[in-house]
Amino acid sequence: MLRLIANRILMAIPTLILVSMMIFGLQKMLPGDPVLAMAGEDQNPQVIATLRLKYHLDEPVPTQYLLWMKDLLHGNLGTSLRTDVPVTELIAQKLPVTLQLAVMGMIIAVGIGLPAGILAAANKGRMLDYGANILALSGMSIPNFWLGLILIFVVSVRWHLLPSSGYVAPSEDFWLSMKTMLMPAFVLGAALGAQLMRHTRSAMLSVLQADYIRTARAKGLLRATVVVKHAFRNALIPIITVLALLFGELLAGAVLTEQVFTIPGFGKLVVDAVFNRDYAVVQGVVLVTALSFTAANLLADVLYILLNPRLRHS
Amino acid sequence: MPKLLVKIALAGAFALGAGTAMAQSTIRIGLQDDIGSLDPARSSQVVDRMVLRSLCSSLVDIGPDLKFVPMLATAWSVSPDGKTWSFTLRQGVKFQNGEPFNASAVKANIDRARTLPASNRKSELASVDHVDVINDYSVNFVLKNPDSALIATLSDRAGMMLAPKSLANDADVAAHPVCSGPYQFVQRVQNDRVVLEKFAGYWEADKYPIQKVIYQPMPDSTVRLANVRSGSLDMLERLAPSDIKSVTSDNRFNFVSVDGLGYYSLTFNVGAHGPKALKDKRVRQAVELAIDRDAINQVIGAGIFSPANQPFSKSSSYYDSAIKTNKRDVVKAKALLKAAGYDKLDVTLTYGNSTASNQMAQLLQAMLSEAGVNLKLLPTDYAAALDAAHRGDFEMLYSGWSGRVDPDGNLHQFLTCKGNLNYGQYCNPQVDSLLDDARVKSGLADRKALYDAASQILADDDPIVYLYVQPWPYLLSKKVQGFVAYPDGLIRLRGMSIKG
Repeated sequence: MLRLIANRILMAIPTLILVSMMIFGLQKMLPGDPVLAMAGEDQNPQVIATLRLKYHLDEPVPTQYLLWMKDLLHGNLGTSLRTDVPVTELIAQKLPVTLQLAVMGMIIAVGIGLPAGILAAANKGRMLDYGANILALSGMSIPNFWLGLILIFVVSVRWHLLPSSGYVAPSEDFWLSMKTMLMPAFVLGAALGAQLMRHTRSAMLSVLQADYIRTARAKGLLRATVVVKHAFRNALIPIITVLALLFGELLAGAVLTEQVFTIPGFGKLVVDAVFNRDYAVVQGVVLVTALSFTAANLLADVLYILLNPRLRHS
Repeated sequence: MPKLLVKIALAGAFALGAGTAMAQSTIRIGLQDDIGSLDPARSSQVVDRMVLRSLCSSLVDIGPDLKFVPMLATAWSVSPDGKTWSFTLRQGVKFQNGEPFNASAVKANIDRARTLPASNRKSELASVDHVDVINDYSVNFVLKNPDSALIATLSDRAGMMLAPKSLANDADVAAHPVCSGPYQFVQRVQNDRVVLEKFAGYWEADKYPIQKVIYQPMPDSTVRLANVRSGSLDMLERLAPSDIKSVTSDNRFNFVSVDGLGYYSLTFNVGAHGPKALKDKRVRQAVELAIDRDAINQVIGAGIFSPANQPFSKSSSYYDSAIKTNKRDVVKAKALLKAAGYDKLDVTLTYGNSTASNQMAQLLQAMLSEAGVNLKLLPTDYAAALDAAHRGDFEMLYSGWSGRVDPDGNLHQFLTCKGNLNYGQYCNPQVDSLLDDARVKSGLADRKALYDAASQILADDDPIVYLYVQPWPYLLSKKVQGFVAYPDGLIRLRGMSIKG
């Protein structure tokens, strides 16, 4: 098991290097000059020249990449071109915010998606199945920024039930933090819950057709016991794969959700950074995102082993 | 011992009292853009100035009528040769760290703004040779050449004073600015908020009933409005014109709009990379004649886009009423195009993509097509549009300028041959000499004559078509009282309060 984890970590290194090279290259291909964006309305030529020199933007792109790499190996992600704040500090400030959003979104997605998928599979072809499918389809097709705006108008503007935006840290005021995050987490979780429901349903359906399920039923076991104990446990492997992949979507979805609810997280940070051509920040955020995505998939691999005894011995 | 206990109890009670007062008089303001640097020397955005105006006092300020009023300086005068400006400073002013404000603080700040490598104030203060401390409360600015814009420069970020001790560690200045304004810095969360609280030692503290100010950047206008509607914000700046109708019919809010100092305009590329057709002034005039500014104001501006025909708004003393706004005349536009040798013309319009600018571009496209100009629209994101502008890689550019109090700031850099922001590369030695002269002349009448002469040439040459005056529309909850809109768009909290 430890060897497997070590292997996976080693394999992640080339992936991350490739990701960093790609994002570096893609950013340089974007039209627009970070220094011009930084120099503001006045576009003072002296300031432009100073900034270009300071951030090595006058060097060729490969040199810039190597300089960045060198700093990275020293644990330094550079400083934001726009605000002069170290990127590590920005990430440390924003990561907990987005993680809270992602975890709450995941809980909502799992809370809706798993039971709905199981129920739909167990009641295939009946009203409950159709109902769950319609819900899943709408969950997947409604864009989350739109759902977010509608919820703000209904829940905050009309009913005054939840705050419409902003962020409160759980350490500051736990309940207020939950209240503020509830709507964004729901928006984020709804689409994922819908996808999760579809995957759970199909995984459960294929398991439910297996011979051993028929045997279990023939033995006279309760239907609920068969579904939950025998079928669901075996259906979990594909579901966990999907969950790990969905984690990536969750991070991507957070970008839009944070814009709509003005949550100062990773998504808002990276969008502002892209618009201002704040290369160092984009690089840092993408690297950390890739890292957490890799970690989520590693966790999924470990979970397979825990869930499937056959893998443990091989 | 009992005395100490009483003291502690009193302090506690006082803190409690202050706490409740604070809760009732916090104002939350929604800003359109994320805040950049809070170091007055480095700042480059309008929203930075919105925060800095409450955080840092400048030597002088402007009134709603654009006249200069005393702030840290109580009086000022200029020598007959225009090369020495003397300022008398206000006595008894303290910085937010307790340091006294005096002439050496002024010198330290101006020297820093002039020499700091990343300073955005260098060109504004380029005329300053050095600053002489005469005594604690009087200071002389000695100039290399007369500069009539200096007083306007000192009413903005270049004249904002930071506590000298706080300048020792440069990296800390933006992270924790210490000034002498009515509100002091508490906290900044990147992309989320800047929090200020009342500075009890401010020399005019009794004029500021609001105890705490929270600025929240919310770039999306729909989101910003939803937050005022839900009560999460008390006011916002730059309401989208398309939302004006829905808020004016809602009695929970006050809507206030004022003409700003800036403008939105079309710049023709008449430089080396520009198309041949646009080098002919008849073509540029034809484009202008095809445009209906009143339609722009009604259709897109919902009545707040006051038509512009020059770089100064009507609130400026330099506004030239002799320049008439060209009414739309498609027949004349076509005739001018024909005279220049074109029946039909294809031109590309580059602009920074946003809902509002897309609407604008489409309206221009429709209006110009009737005159035979086929406008191809090229929306890009802001940074890319800026880059294209710098490289001269555009044909027509739709852009805005937030405007400056001194007329020089709205003209010189855009239309002199070597102007920093002269993206269209217009070059006319006559205009150069008029605008250069206006920089060194003092006295409103003398300067205005020069600007009028330049404006006449420019109105005929048409290197830039001014479309409308940039408005500053605000939406305020009825709870917010005492707000006065200024043409520079900055929110001044003096006299403002929150009721209930």
